Amino acid sequence: MIGSTSSNVVNELDRDGFRMACAGCTICDRTQLSMTAEVHTVADSGVEPGHAQPAGAISRREAIEGMAGTLGVALVATIPVASAAQAGVSPVAASAPGRLMGAPTSALGVRSAFAPPAPRTPTGQLVGSSLTPLHSLSGTLTPSDLHFERHHAGVPAIDPATHRLVIHGLVDRPLTLSVDDLKRFPQVTRIHFVECSGNGRAAWVSPAPDMTPQRTDGLTSNSEWTGVPLATLFREAGARREATWFLAEGADACLMTRSVPMEKALDDALVVWGQNGEALRPEQGFPLRLLLPGWEGNANVKWLRRLELGTAPWMTRWETSKYTDPLRDGTARIFSFVMDAKSIITTPAVPARLADRGWHAVSGVAWSGRGRITRVEVSADSGSTWHDADLGPALPKAHTRFSMMWNWTGEPAVLLSRATDETGYVQPTRQALMDARGAGTDYHNNAIRGWRVDADGGIAFHWET
Amino acid sequence: MRRIPAWIAVGLVVGCQAADEGTAETPATWGIGRAATAADIATLDLDVAPSGAGLPPGSGDAVRGAALYQAQCATCHGVNGEGIAPNPPLVGREPREGFPFGNDPKLVRTIGNYWPEATTLFDYIRRTMPLTAPGSLSDPDVYSVTAHLLVANEILPAGATLDSASLAAIRMPARDRFVRDNRQGGREVR
Repeated sequence: MIGSTSSNVVNELDRDGFRMACAGCTICDRTQLSMTAEVHTVADSGVEPGHAQPAGAISRREAIEGMAGTLGVALVATIPVASAAQAGVSPVAASAPGRLMGAPTSALGVRSAFAPPAPRTPTGQLVGSSLTPLHSLSGTLTPSDLHFERHHAGVPAIDPATHRLVIHGLVDRPLTLSVDDLKRFPQVTRIHFVECSGNGRAAWVSPAPDMTPQRTDGLTSNSEWTGVPLATLFREAGARREATWFLAEGADACLMTRSVPMEKALDDALVVWGQNGEALRPEQGFPLRLLLPGWEGNANVKWLRRLELGTAPWMTRWETSKYTDPLRDGTARIFSFVMDAKSIITTPAVPARLADRGWHAVSGVAWSGRGRITRVEVSADSGSTWHDADLGPALPKAHTRFSMMWNWTGEPAVLLSRATDETGYVQPTRQALMDARGAGTDYHNNAIRGWRVDADGGIAFHWET
Repeated sequence: MRRIPAWIAVGLVVGCQAADEGTAETPATWGIGRAATAADIATLDLDVAPSGAGLPPGSGDAVRGAALYQAQCATCHGVNGEGIAPNPPLVGREPREGFPFGNDPKLVRTIGNYWPEATTLFDYIRRTMPLTAPGSLSDPDVYSVTAHLLVANEILPAGATLDSASLAAIRMPARDRFVRDNRQGGREVR
């Protein structure tokens, strides 16, 4: 049984509870406190002075009393330390954490010791990867230190003070730009995913029941990027009209190079230095990377040092023998940049198991390299019936969170998700993909995938055909 | 240009606004950065195009290349270019008929059966190999190793020599197998 999140009784109660507790004051607005009733019930004596209580709103005391049935224990146990000290109350036992002396402020925050994310999965090789733990993340932004990695000759350590970006070739004014120079141009901030074209390849080639979302699809991450539009830089350099391709080159040991059509530069390509509010991580190209929203990760050249404009692609090794897609008709697709629409349920998923029957939130991420996600459907019966999931903010070429309530009866089930993007493209089945391309095409694998739930609550990776 | 399929060379409609004169708020140029000098560019510009543009002077030969290969490459790619996982194989012409890679995931892609351009080999070796000491080979060394690998893949005769003109003239077996991406969104799965 599946129910929409928006009509879920538990959720509505939670939201109402939050609104009731805050109806008579502006404390929550002012302090940005999270939904923990105990915080302001104890510290505050009532409605903020001078604040008119809205007609129909219940009083703070009523709200507190109304919640006391469920929160009473928590309220008693979480009297702030300062209040307790003023009242001359001795610290309570360690089993009541709210009364323990807390840690002082710190220069750099750390994650709660109670909720460490699953780590990435480094291969330990110079030419290797590590995967984003999709199953232990919420929302859409990937913490920068959990952004997936794919390097072809290790992660270079580059001093931004000496790093330069050179733009040359079919331009009127060849330019040498420092990192500081780049930060003087008009800048933009955008949220986009990056996905390796090999994401999903391991599960396509050799699926296994114990594969996690990280293992099947952890070669995608989503960040807020800050930088300068490539069109601005090419205009500054005086790009000539005859230029139809450009070469992007990295400063890593292999001098990664990819050819990119000029139309992408004039559309939405960026040269970025910022990621999630701070400098790019070294693994993500510090100090500069090319960002081609929605296009396969390898073309988003990291440690960017050179852009050359020309009239034809250079046919580098990575864009010819490596990231191409052989097709069943005896050809191979080249310059297959765009990542097609895709989704994956990240909870419930391996390695979790369902301990209880009843309502569960089924949630995951969907994205498309062609624009916005317009719909994600979820099935709990292996694709016989589909139900529209609720979507979080659906930004173009960005991870979009979806969720749906599911009532597990204890019977075996197969949970699947299916994304649709704004072009009308619908995430295909594995068989449809194989019919269209061939079994030998293992990059750009965006087939419908999901999780088999057994009667004992065990969960296993599942390919839908 | 002569070796580039027409769709790659002219298939893109581009309207670069390079001649924009700017406005009061957005000047024609921001005047940021400095002019790149010939030296700035020369130290970085290593790339080689399928036309042969960018290939340096000098030459190499496959006999010398075979020795260099054993000294510099065989540890990772195998004595006969068979590959040592995770490092890919380099040598092999099978299957000689057709191009069935889309149907058979077990087929091994090599220089001889899959790479569309020989110039790519020179460019890649010079910029990337050997993995732990990229840039350590001289241009004649790179010509020699390239010649050896093309001989091993039965594309050049034994003992062949190679320079910029002869390398750019090579037509690889898989040269015409590569097609433009025809995916375009919408309902159809491609």
